[in-house]
Amino acid sequence: MPDLGLNVLFKGKNAARLLGGLWVALRISLISVVISIPLGILLGVLMSGKNPIVKAILWVYLEIIRIMPQMVLLFLVFFGTTRAWGWDLSGETASIIVFVLWGTAEMSDLVRGALISIPKHQYESSEALGLTKGQTYLYIIIPQTVRRLIPLSINLITRMIKTTSLVLMIGVVEVLKVAQQIIEANRMSSPNAAFGIYLVVFLLYFLACWPISLLASYLEKK
Amino acid sequence: MDWNVIAQYLPLYKKAAWLTLRLGLAGIVIAIVVGLVCALVQYYKVPVLRRIVGAYIELSRNTPLLVQLFFIYYGLPKIGIKTNAEICGIAGLAFLGGSYMAEAFRSGLESIEPIQTESAMSLGMDHAQTMRYIILPQAMSISVPAFVANVIFLLKETSVFSAISLMDLMFTAKDLIGLYYKTTECLFLLVVFYLLILLPVSLLGSWLERRLRYAGFGA
Repeated sequence: MPDLGLNVLFKGKNAARLLGGLWVALRISLISVVISIPLGILLGVLMSGKNPIVKAILWVYLEIIRIMPQMVLLFLVFFGTTRAWGWDLSGETASIIVFVLWGTAEMSDLVRGALISIPKHQYESSEALGLTKGQTYLYIIIPQTVRRLIPLSINLITRMIKTTSLVLMIGVVEVLKVAQQIIEANRMSSPNAAFGIYLVVFLLYFLACWPISLLASYLEKK
Repeated sequence: MDWNVIAQYLPLYKKAAWLTLRLGLAGIVIAIVVGLVCALVQYYKVPVLRRIVGAYIELSRNTPLLVQLFFIYYGLPKIGIKTNAEICGIAGLAFLGGSYMAEAFRSGLESIEPIQTESAMSLGMDHAQTMRYIILPQAMSISVPAFVANVIFLLKETSVFSAISLMDLMFTAKDLIGLYYKTTECLFLLVVFYLLILLPVSLLGSWLERRLRYAGFGA
């Protein structure tokens, strides 16, 4: 059995540091999700509304955000806006801005999709039953939309967590960066640590996302 | 914006865009093959293989490409699996994309009702013929939107390649910014080149979606 460098994990505070790094990534994604979901719902409702100007503006926003790789967005905000406007932005703030922009776009598209998937006869039937517009939304449309949305928004959380691994590239010290530091520090005593440590990071991400995915697919079937 | 600088950098970006396209295309083609095989294994419920495929799909879908690439590029050589960065990039993209493609194909296959198979059987077709002429054409048609979304997703994911020092668009931009501080020009070129790659694919994709919408629609 060759040395796979797993022993490095138990040296000093390495395991705790790695988990701390994971928490940095998770925190960024959780903050972004918490902000994106209400904003996305608002934009999604606006997008399925009737105002053509609002719709056009939102459509442009959605397409621009969705066609660009998230990494490019991170670079634009972290290097581009700081250069253009001369403000000072930490890597973490920049990534939260990017993930909120991206999450809002994705969420609004999910909301719009769920809203237009409600057949027209649902509106017509409730009108025929004498419900007012407010009642129609409150009792008929929103409950059905929410049921469709919950698994999709939970999926968005796992996508957000996976995407936050990119913040490494703008210098945020998250789990991969911590892993690099640990491997560097133990280069002499344990040259094979890269295998073990990166495997652990891989599994940590899996353990963070898998339960959420399972929950989403369970809710989807329900 | 300094246009001289842009003209000067243009060849570098062109080279990088080719690398992005080449590796992206190779990775996607392999991902399609892997996905198709995995989807068929799950569709036919092949005993042991089915479990392995299931585990692979969960592992690959619930981890980021960046982490997969780090493991392939920095981790695997430590146990004697040495390759170059390009192969690692393609392998990583195929590993990630395979599961996404498998899910797309599987949902297509599962949406074909049993009556289709039964009818084909009663017309005297064997299993292979049923698959080839009845199931696959309809399943593919239903998978197209998910398939197109996956292709665009995977092309976007290639931006992660810069982390394993492949000279793709991201790497070139970051490198040039670090060397000469022409941030605005570098980022402008970066956006333009990604648009040049992704917009045609996206337009082609929506054309394909309209063109191939024949199965189960309007039935």
